[in-house]
Amino acid sequence: MIKISNLSFGYSNKKLLYSDLSLDIKGGNIYGLLGKNGAGKSTLLKNISGTLFPKKGEVIVNGSIPQRRKPSFLNTVYFISEDVTLPPLTLRKYLDLFSVFYPNFNVDELNTFLKELAVSVPAKLSALSFGQQKKFSIAFALACNTQILLMDEPTNGLDIPSKAQFRQLIASVMTDDRIIIISTHQTRDLENLIDQVIIVDDGQLLLNESVNTITERLIFETVSIQPNDNRILYAEKHLKGVSLVRENTSGEDTRINLENLFNGVTSKPQLAKEIFTTNTK
Amino acid sequence: MEFRDKQAIYLQIVEYVCEQILLGNWQTGNKILSIRELAVYMEVTPNTIQRTYDFLQQKQIISNRRGVGYFLEEEGMQRVLAYRRELFLENELPLMFRNMHLLKIGPEEVNRRFDEYITQNYKDK
Repeated sequence: MIKISNLSFGYSNKKLLYSDLSLDIKGGNIYGLLGKNGAGKSTLLKNISGTLFPKKGEVIVNGSIPQRRKPSFLNTVYFISEDVTLPPLTLRKYLDLFSVFYPNFNVDELNTFLKELAVSVPAKLSALSFGQQKKFSIAFALACNTQILLMDEPTNGLDIPSKAQFRQLIASVMTDDRIIIISTHQTRDLENLIDQVIIVDDGQLLLNESVNTITERLIFETVSIQPNDNRILYAEKHLKGVSLVRENTSGEDTRINLENLFNGVTSKPQLAKEIFTTNTK
Repeated sequence: MEFRDKQAIYLQIVEYVCEQILLGNWQTGNKILSIRELAVYMEVTPNTIQRTYDFLQQKQIISNRRGVGYFLEEEGMQRVLAYRRELFLENELPLMFRNMHLLKIGPEEVNRRFDEYITQNYKDK
């Protein structure tokens, strides 16, 4: 469990990126962290992993404060940054150096994951292409079997077959107590993998709800004519008609569209808040 | 699997499972794919498959034996048929009626073509 309470953070003292942000993250879920460029998605992940520290407020991960960087905390968390650069080391040397920090690291799993992602390891890891380095890092991170896995734009730079492999791997390693947080712009890549959606914008938390709750409260559909309704969160015209996100009043169970949800919640945060805070009948 | 746009994913997977049962690929009394296995196959979060299996359990199509896994119920096939018939009569048939009305196609013509279709596709098997 990750508890963020009244977090304020800024890279300079003059301008805060987050002010007074509170957020609970529970085990057994895959979280999708969505935000525009510069909204602070990576910053939030780094505050959880203990690579950046809050200016005010606190982050508590399973009872530990990341900022203290205790080994007992660090060996439960793995963070894959968006840009990975592997050192000019052999696989063996790399494992000798880094796998020892993770008590649940499993080398057989690493080999399986590398095979599934079609990564063949050269003499020096740095000889891998960017996409291959990224896949290596994902395989290594999964093989570390940490309870918390933070991934910043993991599908960026992956080719088309690898994206499917990535989804399969994540589905296969998910357990009831694991927390996986994936920040992404590529909503289509991960739409069906996500249990819980977090949307941040302008230093504020706009949404932290499960996909089940979201589809209970909202309907995602394409209609031929846009209806006259003021509870429409988002509408976009295209060839097939109008894509809509509107309040769910009929109890219909539709498929979530993360992109339209994101556009709706960031353009009408007030209406989104109303829809999600009103009590269900 | 290619998912359609409108319907919730867990329900689309319910439909997939029902189809596997109707086609005889998943057999009565047998253990079926675990939640994780089906999640990996579908490339979706295991929680979605949990929802699919909860739904199928509620319909008494599958059952959970603790620590062993999920099984197709003895009456599973009949219950899938009943469930799918209900869906067809409620959702698909009205749509077909609407089109028949719009396109002025009478029940006699549909009847004749239905018989032809069955002869062509199923009778010789």
